[in-house]
Amino acid sequence: MRRAVTREAATNTTLALLLLAAPLAASAMGEPFYVTLATRIAVLALAAVGLNIALGLGGLVSFGHAAFFGLGGYAAGILATHAFNAEPLFLGIAGTTSMPAIWLVAMVVCGLVALPIGAVSLRTSGVYFIMITLAFAQMIYYFAISWPAYGGEDGLSIYLRNSFPWVNTAAPLPFFLVCYGLLLLGLLVFRALRDSRFGAALQAARQNEVRLAAVGIAPFDIRLTAFVISAMMTGVAGALFADLNHFVSPSMLSWHMSGELIVLIILGGKGRLFGPVAGAMLYVLLEHVLGGITERWQFFLGLILLGVVLFARGGLIGLVAGRQSHG
Amino acid sequence: MAETVLEIRDLRKSFGALKATDGVSLDLVRGEIHALIGPNGAGKSTLIHQIAGSLTPDSGTIRFLGRDVAGLDMAARARLGLARSFQTSSLAREFSALRNVMLAVQARQGSSLRFLRPVMQDASLTEPAMAMLARVGLAERAHVPAAELSHGECRQLEIAIALALGPRAFLLDEPMAGMGPEGSRRLTAFLDALRQEAPILLVEHDMDAVFALADRISVLVYGRVIATGKVDEIRNDPEVRRAYLGESA
Amino acid sequence: MSIALLIEQLLNGLQLGVMLFLMAAGLTLIFGVMGLINLAHGSLYMIGAFACAIVATATGSFWIGLAASLAAAAAAGAIMEITVIRRLYERDHLDQVLATFALILIFSEGTRWLFGSFPLYLDIPPALQGAVPLPGGGQYQLYRLAIIGVGVAVAVGLYLLIARTRLGMRIRAGESDREMIAALGVDISTLYTVVFALGAALAGLAGALVGALQSVQVGMGEPVLILAFVVIVIGGIGSIKGALFGAVLVGVVDTMGRFLLPQALTLMLAPSQAALVGGALASMLIYIVMALILAFRPSGLFSAQS
Repeated sequence: MRRAVTREAATNTTLALLLLAAPLAASAMGEPFYVTLATRIAVLALAAVGLNIALGLGGLVSFGHAAFFGLGGYAAGILATHAFNAEPLFLGIAGTTSMPAIWLVAMVVCGLVALPIGAVSLRTSGVYFIMITLAFAQMIYYFAISWPAYGGEDGLSIYLRNSFPWVNTAAPLPFFLVCYGLLLLGLLVFRALRDSRFGAALQAARQNEVRLAAVGIAPFDIRLTAFVISAMMTGVAGALFADLNHFVSPSMLSWHMSGELIVLIILGGKGRLFGPVAGAMLYVLLEHVLGGITERWQFFLGLILLGVVLFARGGLIGLVAGRQSHG
Repeated sequence: MAETVLEIRDLRKSFGALKATDGVSLDLVRGEIHALIGPNGAGKSTLIHQIAGSLTPDSGTIRFLGRDVAGLDMAARARLGLARSFQTSSLAREFSALRNVMLAVQARQGSSLRFLRPVMQDASLTEPAMAMLARVGLAERAHVPAAELSHGECRQLEIAIALALGPRAFLLDEPMAGMGPEGSRRLTAFLDALRQEAPILLVEHDMDAVFALADRISVLVYGRVIATGKVDEIRNDPEVRRAYLGESA
Repeated sequence: MSIALLIEQLLNGLQLGVMLFLMAAGLTLIFGVMGLINLAHGSLYMIGAFACAIVATATGSFWIGLAASLAAAAAAGAIMEITVIRRLYERDHLDQVLATFALILIFSEGTRWLFGSFPLYLDIPPALQGAVPLPGGGQYQLYRLAIIGVGVAVAVGLYLLIARTRLGMRIRAGESDREMIAALGVDISTLYTVVFALGAALAGLAGALVGALQSVQVGMGEPVLILAFVVIVIGGIGSIKGALFGAVLVGVVDTMGRFLLPQALTLMLAPSQAALVGGALASMLIYIVMALILAFRPSGLFSAQS
């Protein structure tokens, strides 16, 4: 058991260093495109780490996390647009281009939206939960499309990337480092949650909710808290994603996005600390490599995913580091 | 008269035409083991489920420590001090034995919405949990995942979890089920001493254990209590012999 | 607002509901019998529409196209079940979701590969062109009425199939007790393939029928799939009756919401504002209805379970 733990730790460290070293090297060689690719990995990984709290630890298969990813994106887009046009948001509140302020707003908004969605969805379980989270995300998607103030179907451009104190976010490498730093922070939060009393209760709720209730811990409260925290982290990643692309549109809210986030986790290893990181690396590289070979790369992605689900359970981390241990 | 901990009055529960619980009244007083016996399908487990809060009765009252528990869910009843073990072991299977018990210790200490301190480095969780495992004789198996424990060990773990809750009453649903003679004998001795900590409502098929342990016995047949009394009264009750014991004794 | 317009919108809602029922019936049947959640059901809808459009263009007959859509979707469903789906029955819902999500990617990109990204068009058959007069003035498209008719016929047919036939008896047995029907000597894997193909054929039929109203293109099944999910969540997963009720409810509420909400809001807001807010609210309406229903009945209105 001890050996498995160290092997997973070694795998994780390798992945973390790899994700840091690659863009540093690319930047030194004057290949900013690869820095952007690494940034994409870091941001998608952060979104999936958020989902991994609900899905991996809690066993809550949310098929609606694109809602929070997209809301985070719109928080960045809307605040930046208002700041850019010097129009107050409402009640005289000004927009902002400060990333930390935007992240805070993204977290608050996602938390406030996740609370009622979770409260309704968590009354159910299994397939119902999957479909209901999907439906709620779809509701927000259609709202974004039908509400023209912020671009409707066309989305919203962010002309200048938002700012972070002492960092030139317009340049690829510094922006990558901001995203990478947030990813590490997200991973620390995930680990702390997993190992805490809350995490123990959450994982017990996944394994056997009757057992949890029988010792006097209400599964619903634990799950709802996890769902909200999970949504908040995915929301911050959404804000970064909008800044990365200089653009936010309803596609960030779409159910394909929700599916992709789940795919990242499964490719990497469900419930594993670095599962989403490994998954995002694999996914973005597949997208890049296959996409370079054929326009129809999603066809092959589908085949690979099908193969992983049917034959290679446990994902990349499971393959490299062996089974998970619970101390 | 000793203090009544659990008081059940005229409890009824039907599934369609089947009256699984048909006007059951029962109580549990401090310091006793009250055994609930009856043939298969008599409604023993249904009754336990209603007391524990995993089934809602159609009518009747359940008072625990003087408080009507209708409207409290299973978790809330557990927090009041009602500890149950399950007929078939119900454990967090990926967690080690220790972590299963730690969950109960953590629940007893209050809110689980604590996010920072790692549980495995928290002696206020690990030490009491370890002590409970030692009490039931599972200390050496503390770090084995529940899924890899033997059947008998799972039964012991269930008891350790119930103990860790520091409960005011135990609901034990066939704790001896599937245990060998040696295991049953040890558990019998263990439960014998346990009644001093909190009274036990014991559902059990092992008649040797029941007659050795019980202060009082209630006999449940077709959802009704047909007799309640001391061991000898039940042994000699003609109706009980006809309805139940006659078949096996 | 005239009565005729109101009736027309009601019929539109009913037509949407009927189409959703064709999708939802298959989904809920597959879940009820096999316990499987199939995201790729929307791909079968798309396959039906493409088959109908291509065959109708080649032969000049909508009706041959319609028959082709049923055959193509049922065949695709059977192949899907035999190659992939049957490996998923014993898996958890997460694996089912992912594997069928992968199937969507494969079907969507595969279709794009074969037929390109441009939409195909399918004409309403000559016999069903034209309109019928509505009470209170106004006219209603005959073809849409025919779709409603097909939906009613399918609902009745499904009822008879499940209540009266040997296959239906096996389906009902499969829903309640899998081991028992295996013990009765029913070849369960064939039964599952047949049920899956039946659900697929219904989805293909829906795709073909709607294909003549809209364009036939990749991705057309996905919005319908999600609405069908809403339908079966409202109706109770596994219940055909629930699917029918839920489908009509969703169809009518969605259509009437889009029609009435903007108008109702003109009582409070300026017309342009009312159209904006009303439109946005209407797009969310069915989800709000779903949330309300679930708040009171977490397993749907006609749940087979609990």
